[in-house]
Amino acid sequence: MSIYLDNAATTKPCREAVKAIYDCLDSNYGNPSSLHHEGVRAQIAVDEVRKMIGRTIAADPECIYFTSGATESNNLAVLGSVGNGGKKKNRIVSTAVEHPSVDRALSRLEEKGFEVVRIAPDKNGNISHERIINAVDSNTALVSIMLVNNETGYIMPVRRAFYGIKKLYPGCLTHCDAVQGYMKIPFKVSELSADMVSLSGHKICGPKGIGALYVRKGIHIKPRTFGGGQEKGLRSGTENVPMIVGMGAAVKALSRDINERYSKAQELKAMFLKKISELENVTVNSSEDASPYIINISVPGIRSEIMLHFLEERGIYISSGSACSKGEKSSVLKSFGLCDELVDSALRISLGRETIGADLSALAEGIGDARKSLLKAK
Amino acid sequence: MQRRIKMQEIILIKYGEMALKGMNKKTFEDVLVKNIKRRIKSLGKTFITRAQSTIYIEPADEGFDIDEAMTRLGKVFGIAALCRAAVCEKDFEDIKRVACEYLADTLEYAKTFKVTAKRSDKNFSMKSPEICRELGGVLLEKFERLSVDVNDPEITVTVEIRDTNAYVHAGNIKGAGGLPVGTSGHALLLLSGGIDSPVAGYMMAKRGVHISAIHYVSPPYTSERARLKVEQLCEKITPYCGSIAFFCVPFTKIQEEIKNNCPEEFFTIIMRRLMMKIAQKIAAREKCLALITGESVGQVASQTMSALVCTDAVCEIPVFRPLIGMDKTEIVEISRKIDTFDISIQPYEDCCTVFTPKHPKVRPILSDIEAAEQNFDFEPLLQEAVEKTELKIFNLDM
Repeated sequence: MSIYLDNAATTKPCREAVKAIYDCLDSNYGNPSSLHHEGVRAQIAVDEVRKMIGRTIAADPECIYFTSGATESNNLAVLGSVGNGGKKKNRIVSTAVEHPSVDRALSRLEEKGFEVVRIAPDKNGNISHERIINAVDSNTALVSIMLVNNETGYIMPVRRAFYGIKKLYPGCLTHCDAVQGYMKIPFKVSELSADMVSLSGHKICGPKGIGALYVRKGIHIKPRTFGGGQEKGLRSGTENVPMIVGMGAAVKALSRDINERYSKAQELKAMFLKKISELENVTVNSSEDASPYIINISVPGIRSEIMLHFLEERGIYISSGSACSKGEKSSVLKSFGLCDELVDSALRISLGRETIGADLSALAEGIGDARKSLLKAK
Repeated sequence: MQRRIKMQEIILIKYGEMALKGMNKKTFEDVLVKNIKRRIKSLGKTFITRAQSTIYIEPADEGFDIDEAMTRLGKVFGIAALCRAAVCEKDFEDIKRVACEYLADTLEYAKTFKVTAKRSDKNFSMKSPEICRELGGVLLEKFERLSVDVNDPEITVTVEIRDTNAYVHAGNIKGAGGLPVGTSGHALLLLSGGIDSPVAGYMMAKRGVHISAIHYVSPPYTSERARLKVEQLCEKITPYCGSIAFFCVPFTKIQEEIKNNCPEEFFTIIMRRLMMKIAQKIAAREKCLALITGESVGQVASQTMSALVCTDAVCEIPVFRPLIGMDKTEIVEISRKIDTFDISIQPYEDCCTVFTPKHPKVRPILSDIEAAEQNFDFEPLLQEAVEKTELKIFNLDM
């Protein structure tokens, strides 16, 4: 039996998604662009998912574009939305704790001469909406802020920041990487005042290789792939129908009980924190009002990777920092004000819809045992 | 999103033209309330009451989505203006408190504002100008960026003192206007898939007409996608129209026989006459009192005045053409507003463009057309088309 607590890296696809993907591969294999009936069926399947995703974030389905995943969505949003049109605005505002698919895209723009302002958390680990708003000026082309930080679960003040920015600088575009918030915290695109929102399939019990980008009507984004003009020219290439359908099935399954799952995650987080508070010298890096789905802790003295492998032997799977960084030191945690010792020993525990209390008890016990045996060995 | 202010929020709906009705006003109100209920039923429980020419929608469920309700109600005809408002006690201290909290987001970034007060309860201790002055002062002090502009304010903070409660809101939003759908009879819309016909349907629904739609398909000359496109158009106008019965008529044989038996220059005009005949048969069956088309005089050869005369000659019931005097640009503007434009311009062949003559008759003469139709007895085919017509219902909350 394995205990999977790395749901911020990826989730186990839900049964509904697996079945939908299989059925689609088996019997709905048409190319949505084909004029005949098989093509039409495939297109209807794709458009159904577009509608469903649209409904979950109160967006017009025509504003949902399918991509190969959130990395592509983030790249498209950041790289495609600036430098268009006549008036060249030169400034971009973001945070120092964004996902690399936003951050590295921003670096590309920096190389091209854009001024990128990355707001770091203050000494308490907070990023206030005022600080974001104050960084924006009339020369700002884009603001990109994630909804939930993927390493700590910190919930960004996106709504208040974007609201203020749109009031003060209506021409400034707003992008939100909502990957770690989608299907966990209910939100609407209008409530976020977001012009663009990135979503991922495999973080919500759907398949990998599929994501979506919401683009508000009237916003023009430069495509980065060229070809048959699918997705209204924004993302050429035959639609990945089976994975789109799989993502749709996952959305359908998960959208039913977002609030109930959130409350359950809160209870689990509280229970886990209580358990590890009984252990000596374990630091909780996630703030109290962070998303309960992501809990970041440090066990000083035990390097993350060693702890990870220790727990792995018991069939417990967690992550050190984010899964994308594969052992690299997390600059995000440093930005959140963690000292090197805490960064080196940071563990990310991320809950999923199947997580139960016993999983977290086993983890807490495992961490306790690791402290006993690993610290002694040293 | 993260921090939502807990306070009671309701929706106030003001009706427009209906308020001018005399004896019938109650009938119109009843239909409007029924339409409103249907439109928001799926969002959760509400209490709907009416008083003083206003409809009050009070959410009874915790999770009631007021944003969504506002969006939906913005498409309900018969509503002149609507707004979301916070409920307060009829006590100035409470009004101040609620205004500061409820309008915080709106006023934080606004530059100019004014306060207006409506006092339908004349027993309230303060008079309207006094309420405006006092509340204006409080808000000015609290929100730094604000200044007063009584002529052209960005935000109009409104306080309404009514019978049981007081309400605070940041001004009305314009409603869809018109009359409640269902108060003006039932008509059948000829829906082609182009830009005009959905707009025509929208405009008649705005006058309170309950719409059904009829569409003609000619496979293999027209594709499944052409029909899907029209179904998408139905979906788009359903929020305005309430529900739409969509009739899809197989038209291939008729078009082929027109081609085989009639002079080419008359193809389109004869086709339109036959479409009208079928539409009337369906209209009679479905108890529709009139037909609606998206024709605009002079737009294409089949829409010249002479051509319209020839088409109308087969019509025994009225044909409403709400776009008759409009320019294409004006029609496009409405189609963008109701969001049908992008669907309408999808490039699928519809039956109107099948067998289009190279040189259609611009000024057809009725007797020539009638003579040309004598070459073939279309009646059995028309009957067959009506029998094979398929029905699909488009409903709200689909």
